[in-house]
Amino acid sequence: MIERPESTVASIAQRNLEGYVGFANLPNQVYRKSVKRGFEFTLMVVGESGLGKSTLINSLFLTDLYSKDYPGPSLRIKKTVQVEQSKVLVKEGGVQLTLTIVDTPGFGDAVDNSNCWQPVINFIDSKCEDFLNAESRVNRRLMPDNRVHCCLYFIAPSGHGLKPLDIEFMKRLHDKVNVIPLIAKADTLTPEECQLFKKQIMKEIQEHKIRIYEFPDTEDDEDSKLIRKIKERMPLAVVGSNVVIEVNGKKVRGRQYPWGVAEVENGEHCDFTVLRNMLIRTHMQDLKDVTNNVHYENYRSKKLAAVTCNGGVDTSKTKNQMTRSPLAQMEEERREHVMKMKKMETEMEQVFEMKVKEKKQKLKDSEAELERRHEQMKKNLEVQYKELEEKRRHHEEEKSNWEAQQRILEQQKLDASKTMEKNKKKGKIF
Amino acid sequence: PTVPRAGSTLLGYIGIDTIIEQMRKKTMKAGFDFNIMIVGHSGLGKSTLVNTLFKSQVSRWSSGWGGEHKIPKTVEIKAVSHVIEEGGVKMKLTVIDTPGFGDQINNENCWDPISKYINEQYEKFLKEEVNIARKKRIPDTRVHCCLYFISPTGHSLRQLDIEFMKHLSRVVNIIPVIAKSDTMTPDEKNEFKHRVRKELETHGIEYYPQNEFDDDMEDKNENDKIREAMPFAVVGSDKEFQVNGKRVLGRKTAWGVVEVENPNHCEFALLRDFLIRSHLQDLKEVTHNIHYETYRARRLNDNGGLHPISANNTQESNL
Repeated sequence: MIERPESTVASIAQRNLEGYVGFANLPNQVYRKSVKRGFEFTLMVVGESGLGKSTLINSLFLTDLYSKDYPGPSLRIKKTVQVEQSKVLVKEGGVQLTLTIVDTPGFGDAVDNSNCWQPVINFIDSKCEDFLNAESRVNRRLMPDNRVHCCLYFIAPSGHGLKPLDIEFMKRLHDKVNVIPLIAKADTLTPEECQLFKKQIMKEIQEHKIRIYEFPDTEDDEDSKLIRKIKERMPLAVVGSNVVIEVNGKKVRGRQYPWGVAEVENGEHCDFTVLRNMLIRTHMQDLKDVTNNVHYENYRSKKLAAVTCNGGVDTSKTKNQMTRSPLAQMEEERREHVMKMKKMETEMEQVFEMKVKEKKQKLKDSEAELERRHEQMKKNLEVQYKELEEKRRHHEEEKSNWEAQQRILEQQKLDASKTMEKNKKKGKIF
Repeated sequence: PTVPRAGSTLLGYIGIDTIIEQMRKKTMKAGFDFNIMIVGHSGLGKSTLVNTLFKSQVSRWSSGWGGEHKIPKTVEIKAVSHVIEEGGVKMKLTVIDTPGFGDQINNENCWDPISKYINEQYEKFLKEEVNIARKKRIPDTRVHCCLYFISPTGHSLRQLDIEFMKHLSRVVNIIPVIAKSDTMTPDEKNEFKHRVRKELETHGIEYYPQNEFDDDMEDKNENDKIREAMPFAVVGSDKEFQVNGKRVLGRKTAWGVVEVENPNHCEFALLRDFLIRSHLQDLKEVTHNIHYETYRARRLNDNGGLHPISANNTQESNL
């Protein structure tokens, strides 16, 4: 594990200058270059729903990142933990800040919250992985820094202590990202309760050996006094609000209760100003540095050590391999990967061929089936036709018989009438 | 059956109405029991609220706030009894606390121990009732009321809340309350209450006072009003502060004092009046007449219509 680097005392002699050289202007140059480039900062907020995370983000950055039509993530009851990003470009005094807020709706909301920290860990690791890949590329021109620089963990203001979920989460994340625990909705607690609660939390944090973000010690007296004050107030108890209320003629941001107004920016009411100053005005760069130098390096060494361990089964060689060329190792892996992909491709092609053949066979079979049926039907039709022909002939026969009979009857009638006439004539003669 | 003839006017004063006075005297001598269970995950001010309700240190943490509250690994049931007296009436109050509820990472089925406890109390009462030689007054340990504490997230009910209330609203009288309501401004409070009520309706959770048990129009009107105002948003406190020359129970913050009994600040007074001053007896009656009877019917049906005790006897005689 890489610890913070101690400042090494240079054994170089100090010389006095005999005139004005001008490299005192260096910080300005750095400053101008950085301002042109713009800054990036990724902030992650984790906590159960209803702890005021979105409100606090809005208050911190004085925007409506989560507006009325987007309190969506908090209002939907999620079955699994989601990780959602939202990017905002904030400009102030010529300085551009690309702020990415990572929200984790659904965290700790289910009945069974085992492993609800896994999506969060996966997200942080994936960002580090992206950065590692970008760093190892040949063309490193545009290297966006999307790593999570700070994780604000919201503790519910129970007044008792940390919940098992809080402890588990912080234990698993304290060596991957800067964890800053906050007491949410601090206007629930009276000042005495708040003090006791903070003490209890710090005690438990130490008991479980959780390493939360620590402020760097500076040599400057002023600063170190400030830092000590901040340290005493950890974890910070915050209240968020963007609603402006009038108190004694002043306009302040706060929450209006029937018994008074809880002011967000009043140091005696809550620690919001401390958090804002620390996060944005003084320690933003330090958070990024610690992320880069400590957490990212940890991730990187673990990742690369894993790669080499997988590549070399011979344990006696692993140390040499580690120092030799991890890049070559990665090349090797990449080649293997490409070969694997090729193999998979050919396999898939084969499978595809087979499937096409099968389908063709099936189609042929069905075609034959259809042919057969067609034949069958034709035969049936012929048989029916023949039957009908039979019937018709029969019918014709009957008809001709009947006609013949009719003729005979006619003939008989004629004969009969003839004989009657004959008889009549005979009769008349008589 | 003969129907009694209604409304024959009395020709003089008989004294039938003194029966109320006689009942009163008897009840006062006998005293009565009340068992209340409080459920909610730790840190919601349950013990403080119970102390405030009964104006005395009746909860587990009677020693005050500073004690170590270790979260137990499984849900435990802890019952503490006190006898409190007021105006000559004695009440044996039992507060049943459920530490460990909803505090673990995996809270699956954490309501099972609670459900078991409630059924055990019904079973105890049933056994006593079914005995041949019955006691004059069966000790009533059944849970008359369950106060369920909802966390004031401001958004909606949590999964655990819905699951618990679904499983237990048919077994015991559940009264949901919104805990630590001084977290929310009045607008947020109203919105939250509205949302919670809607959710309870959607999931078909019948909280006390249940719609189906209203006896007549008068009851229904009264209960409707109460149902509209539920769940009550409460704040508890057992410390007193000076406000405008008066001593009030409250919580002192840097921006003002939250008065517990001020109806503009929170609905504690409503809850207390509802729970103690008007519906205490009704809670007991509903528990006895409806929940207990349901349990009894189920048990007897399971035994094939035989009493559980007599079933055992017949088994023994066959041996």
